Amino acid sequence: MAGLTSPSWSAPRYKPRRDGMARLLERDSPFRRMDWILVLAALALSGIGSLLVWSATRSRVEINHGDPQYFLVRHLVNLAIGIGLCTGVVLLGHHRLRTAVPFIYGLSILGVLAVLSPLGSTVNGAHSWIVLGGGFSMQPSEFCKISIILICATILSARVDAGEMQRPNTRSILQALGLAAVPIGIVLMMPDLGSTMVMVVIILGLLLASGASTRWLGGLALVGAIGATAVVKLHILKQYQIARFAAFADPTLDPAGVGYNTAQARIAIGSGGLLGKGLFHGTQTTGQFVPEQQTDFVFTVAGEELGFVGGMVIIGLLGVILWRACRIAREATDLYSTVLAAGVVTWFAFQGFENIGMTLGIMPVAGIPLPFVSYGGSSMFAIWIGIGLLQSVKIQRSMAG
Amino acid sequence: MGNIPETGRTRKITGRLLVLQVLVLSLLGTLGGRLWYLQIRNGASYEQQASSNHIRTVVVPAVRGEILDANGVPLATNTTKLVVSVSRTSLIGQKDGGVAVLTRLGQVLGMSAQQVEDKVRLCDAKTPAPCWNGSPYQPIPVTQTATTQQAMQIMERQEDFPGVTATPAAVRTYPAPDKANAAQILGYLSPVTQDEINAATDSGGKSSLSPSDQVGRAGLEFQYDKYLRGANGTSNLEVDNLGRVIGTAGGDAAVPGDSVVTSLDARIQAISEQQLQQAMVTLRKTYDPVTHENFKADSGAVVVMNVHTGAIIAMASAPTYDPNIWSGGISAKDYAALNSTSSDYPMLNRAIQGQSAPGSTFKVVSTTGALNAGYGFDSTFPCTSSMTIGGRVFKNFEGENFGAINLSKALEVSCDTVFYNIAYQQWMKDGGTKPKNPKDWLYKTAHQFGLGALTGVDLPGEVKGRVPDRQWHVDYYDAMKDIWCQQAKTETDAYLKAIATEDCADFATLRAGDEVNYAIGQGDTLVTPIQMARIYSALANGGTLYQPELAKAIVSPGGKDVQAVKPVVQGHLPDTPKMINYIDQATANVITSGTAAWKFGGWPQDKIQLHAKTGTAEVVGKQTTSWFDTYTKDYAIVMTISQGGTGSGGSGPAVRNIYNALYGIQADNSIDPGKAIHPPAQNQLPTFHADGTVTSPVDYTVQLPSLASTPQQQAPVLPALDIAALAPERRADGWQA
Repeated sequence: MAGLTSPSWSAPRYKPRRDGMARLLERDSPFRRMDWILVLAALALSGIGSLLVWSATRSRVEINHGDPQYFLVRHLVNLAIGIGLCTGVVLLGHHRLRTAVPFIYGLSILGVLAVLSPLGSTVNGAHSWIVLGGGFSMQPSEFCKISIILICATILSARVDAGEMQRPNTRSILQALGLAAVPIGIVLMMPDLGSTMVMVVIILGLLLASGASTRWLGGLALVGAIGATAVVKLHILKQYQIARFAAFADPTLDPAGVGYNTAQARIAIGSGGLLGKGLFHGTQTTGQFVPEQQTDFVFTVAGEELGFVGGMVIIGLLGVILWRACRIAREATDLYSTVLAAGVVTWFAFQGFENIGMTLGIMPVAGIPLPFVSYGGSSMFAIWIGIGLLQSVKIQRSMAG
Repeated sequence: MGNIPETGRTRKITGRLLVLQVLVLSLLGTLGGRLWYLQIRNGASYEQQASSNHIRTVVVPAVRGEILDANGVPLATNTTKLVVSVSRTSLIGQKDGGVAVLTRLGQVLGMSAQQVEDKVRLCDAKTPAPCWNGSPYQPIPVTQTATTQQAMQIMERQEDFPGVTATPAAVRTYPAPDKANAAQILGYLSPVTQDEINAATDSGGKSSLSPSDQVGRAGLEFQYDKYLRGANGTSNLEVDNLGRVIGTAGGDAAVPGDSVVTSLDARIQAISEQQLQQAMVTLRKTYDPVTHENFKADSGAVVVMNVHTGAIIAMASAPTYDPNIWSGGISAKDYAALNSTSSDYPMLNRAIQGQSAPGSTFKVVSTTGALNAGYGFDSTFPCTSSMTIGGRVFKNFEGENFGAINLSKALEVSCDTVFYNIAYQQWMKDGGTKPKNPKDWLYKTAHQFGLGALTGVDLPGEVKGRVPDRQWHVDYYDAMKDIWCQQAKTETDAYLKAIATEDCADFATLRAGDEVNYAIGQGDTLVTPIQMARIYSALANGGTLYQPELAKAIVSPGGKDVQAVKPVVQGHLPDTPKMINYIDQATANVITSGTAAWKFGGWPQDKIQLHAKTGTAEVVGKQTTSWFDTYTKDYAIVMTISQGGTGSGGSGPAVRNIYNALYGIQADNSIDPGKAIHPPAQNQLPTFHADGTVTSPVDYTVQLPSLASTPQQQAPVLPALDIAALAPERRADGWQA
């Protein structure tokens, strides 16, 4: 602005291209064209998340190394890195990313394979971590979700965007399913059922948005239903495993395990009432009655300490993000961008619903984090990369338009 | 937007994206609805679950009220002892479950690790004592008698003793002021049982007792437990998922118990106990010419009563014990000792639970009965040395022939034959063996004097004695006839066989011998010292029977609220004022010229008129029971010693010493009012201060009179008794519990 209005300079005919700041502030600049409502909602949710993580870990001396702010600081650092990754993705652009998709896919396969190797370690029953040393560890399955979205979006849209056909044909669909099945199979072997579930739902979302034939969608759903029935009927799962799965609805089925988590989560949330007990004043949170409260069960902190109002704010912010993301998907100009955005929408939506739903006792308990809110670097990075992909779609659509 | 996509965008995809959007938003809507259901609709129920989840309520024991004497001197109080407690929740959190800490603690306290562990384990059906019966969240006391040094060792090295605390706590003690032990009056505490907790549970499921409570088991601790106990408070502890305490969440403060101010005077109590003990010790060194061995003097009791109110100033029972053995839990050894035959049951309060034949002290009842039956004040009866009734010889105790004397003289010299005569005449008048509308004056009078019934003294376990009237004969015969009739056939001892045969035949009928024996307080008559104290108090006050009372007032902590215990009039003696005067004169003469004169030489009768009646009751197979019932215009003192010889000989000097203390009578029989111990008046209470201290209504610097200076006369050789001449006594049960 200063450069534009400075009287001592003769106004240049063309704006200097290298003046980054001015470029950013230009009316048509990609910076201005970003979806700022989406970004603000994501930041607000991450901010609330950092408070909840703080509250949940303040008094857990056995994990916070005696520092009440240990997790708060790390959560904020993760957020900052996440925002950095997001910016990187926006600068790179999702179209340019497409050329790197085979590389990204290969890397993610290596990542999940590494978990199965001696490098991996088990946390809370899920063998889904790689310990990097120095107190850092990562969950490759989080990034794997992105690579599945990217590779499926690329394959499903390639021939349609090239104008060869109206919608993805059987061959592309089978190709996409086949490529997605490899990392999903590896993740299932970890075993990380929660991530597997998310990935399967993401694929359904991708197929839905790609315009694939309804028969494909129905067929996949049918196969899933038959598979689930077979698992129960053929006694592939033991009775206790089924009980553990069903314990979310009836905590008495597995009172010492999942049922305990479910019951304690419900007590914590239910006791919050309309306005909650106040941040840091939740008795169940302070008493550490809910296990994994800073990660998978972080929503119980909100329910107890911030009450119905606070819980609705989180759900509402998630709603804003998803609504804006849906808009981005709708307004995308090519199928690749559309499918990509829709994949991110499905990912965020299902992961949010599953996570909050399990704390509320309407979804089975699975170890997946609440986007933006739960503590965890890998998840935070992946989620913000997702935001970067959405923004990239938004900017490039506008640029094209 | 509706813009037509350049490539690949079909209406189909837009539709699909709308489907996705609707799906996504409906999922979020579902979450919102579920959240509303949990937090708003069912919020209250979860709130309750949450508080039961993280709140553990522990009991804050109430400080028990004190039992004070009339001057405010504590007889039962709480002292601060160093209690070392262990927190189970802290032990659980330790790596080895606290084994190392308990071992170290044992070393400091001089106990084995096993002993410490046993003390802190929780009671259940299979766990033998010792174990902890209270809440696992409550600190569990390991010892109540830690030394300061031990406490310092623990508190200074907290890092070595996590979860162990040494704090001062209130422990019940019986300080025995002036050595007034009063064990049987005060009673004791012991831990509450599960049945009692259940019984104290209200409809809401809350019990006023908690498992770690102690309750009064005997004496005043039992009688006034409700007042003394106060109300336990609660402390709500916030705990985390492992049960570790992370904070407090309020609670109710404990309400300290009320104090009970008794009419006891610790000084008189001490003197009474000491004199009773002294009398018994003296008797044990005294030769009994009847049984040809020293008196056994196995047990005894003394009651000092205020004649105008029924208030008990002192009450002693021997043998006795130190009630402090109950503090902090009695040891098994001590408990066994208390309940063994060899200790002769020191927990019995023989003033209210010991019953025996009253002997001649009963004659005030017989005299009243005779006067009411129509005999005159001046009617005379021959006081022969013996009397033959129904072929059996009934001897005069003193064996002396006083010629024709009136009732007054008969009381004074305790002439048995006069009362034999009256009883026999009455028995004949009532129809002899074939009674027709019997008047039963002598029996009726005993009931009117409150015998055979509880006095209602505010102590548990009182026994009511027995008036062997016609009804009792019928009832007792029904119960016993099979045994007697069997004995009549198999008994080898000729004397016992004869009696058994006789009883088997006609015990149900009141026989001449029964009433004759009864008239002198022998036979099947049983009384307690407290009953006799009430009768002699009534004679002193003009005929009013007051309920014997120990409590004077119940005072709330700090003295805010005072419930005075008023004297209770229970009835009146069936005596006209003239008759009481008549008896008063006779009983005063007992001191000056009658049966007690030999022990009351020099007594200042002109200044302090003392009245007395001696009694020497026969007990089959044992030495005689000594009874000495006395009164002045202020006090009545009744003392009895089992196997203690004659009334005046066994108990006379001891009773005299108690009066000396009360009135300040010196060794030379002069009266020094400055040295008299006047128990405070009924309406005089100690002053309670808000800080819990109590000040006395009387000057408490009075020196106890030197007991050694009072004349301790050697008990003289007693006149011989002809036991065979007396009626069958085998049913006089002696000291009964």
